[in-house]
Amino acid sequence: MFISVVVGALTGRIDAVTEAAIDMAKTAVEIAIGLIGIMALWLGTMKIAEKSGLITIIAKGLRPITVRLFPDVPEDHPAIGSIVLNMAANILGLGNAATPLGLKAMEELQQINPNKDTATNAMCTFLAINTSSVQLILPATVVGLMGTYASEIFITTIIATSMSTIAAIIAVKGLEKLKRFQIETENRQ
Amino acid sequence: MIDQFVQVINDFARYIIPLLLVGIPFYGLVVKKIKVYELFVEGAKDGFTIAIRIIPYLVAILVAIGMFRASGALDLVLAGLSPLLSLIGFPTENLPLALMRPLSGSGSLGLLTDLVNTHGPDSLYAKIGATMFGSTETTFYVLAVYFGSVGILRSRHAIVAGLIADTVGILSAVYICRFLLS
Repeated sequence: MFISVVVGALTGRIDAVTEAAIDMAKTAVEIAIGLIGIMALWLGTMKIAEKSGLITIIAKGLRPITVRLFPDVPEDHPAIGSIVLNMAANILGLGNAATPLGLKAMEELQQINPNKDTATNAMCTFLAINTSSVQLILPATVVGLMGTYASEIFITTIIATSMSTIAAIIAVKGLEKLKRFQIETENRQ
Repeated sequence: MIDQFVQVINDFARYIIPLLLVGIPFYGLVVKKIKVYELFVEGAKDGFTIAIRIIPYLVAILVAIGMFRASGALDLVLAGLSPLLSLIGFPTENLPLALMRPLSGSGSLGLLTDLVNTHGPDSLYAKIGATMFGSTETTFYVLAVYFGSVGILRSRHAIVAGLIADTVGILSAVYICRFLLS
C-alpha cells in the first residue's frame, strides 16, 4: 500500500488511488454479501449429503490419494470429505459450489489446528492445490469469449493446469520442510 | 472430434448443479429417510456467519490490490519485466494478464477480453491468454477468503507455493500453446 501511494503521487494518479481504495472496500462487502445466498444453498445441501452418508462414500473412494496429500489429518475426519468435494467442484468448473465447500473444509481443518492463528501443513497443501485450479471444464466466460476456438484451448488448459497442480504439490511439500516456514513451537509445551 | 467431445463435456456440466440440488435431498429423503428440510436449514445457517466473517480480510486484500493497480505500480513492474521476458520467449502481450491473474478475477477477465478483441480469438495471444486464465486462479483472493474465514494470520508457505503453481501454469500455457497451436 505504501508503494502504491508513493507511485500514485509520483505518477499524478493519487486521486485514482483514493478512489480505488474506497471502491474496493465497497466491492469486498458486496462480494461477501453476495456469497451469503450461495453459501446457504450449498452448505444446506451438503448437510443433507453429510447426514445421509454420501460424503463418507466419496471420501472413502479417494482415501489413497488424500492420505498421501494430508498425512496430518485423521483418515475419518470430516475435513477430508469437504476437501474432496471442493476439489470435485473445482474440477467440474463449479466455482459457486467450490467456495462454500472449501470454506467448510478450512473450518474443519481449523478444529484440529493446535495454533489457531497459524496455518497447518494440511491447510497450505489444500490451498496450493486449490489455487493451482485443477479444471476439466472451461469457465463459461472463456467459452463465451473464444467461441469455436474454445475447443483448442480445452486441451492446452488441461495440460497447463495439470503442470501447475503438480508444481503446487511439489512446492508445498518441499516448502513445508524449510526452516523459515516451520511453526514456532516455543509457546506450546 | 475434439469439438464434439468439448461440446458433450460442457453440456454435461450444465446438468451437474440441478442434478445435485435434486439428487442429494432425494437420496436423503427416499433412501435414508432423514429429515432433509431441517438438515438443510441447519447447514444453511453457516452460510451467513462464514460470509460475514470474511469481510474484514476481503476489504484489506482487495483495497491493497486496487490501490496497487490504480497507482500505476503494476505498469512499472510490467515495464521492468518485459525485456527479461522477451529473452525467454514470453510474449509481452500476455504479460499484463499473467501479472493480473493472481490478483483479480474481474481484472484478468477484462484483460483477456481485451486480448481477444484486439487480436481476435484465432490469434496465438488470445489462445495463450485463455489457457492462462483457465489454468490459474486468483491466488491472493482465495488465500484471503479461505484463511480469513477461520482467522488464520500466519499463512506460512501457502503464498509462495500458490505463486510457484501460478508461475508454472502461466509458463506452461505459453509454451504448450506455442508448441501445439502455432
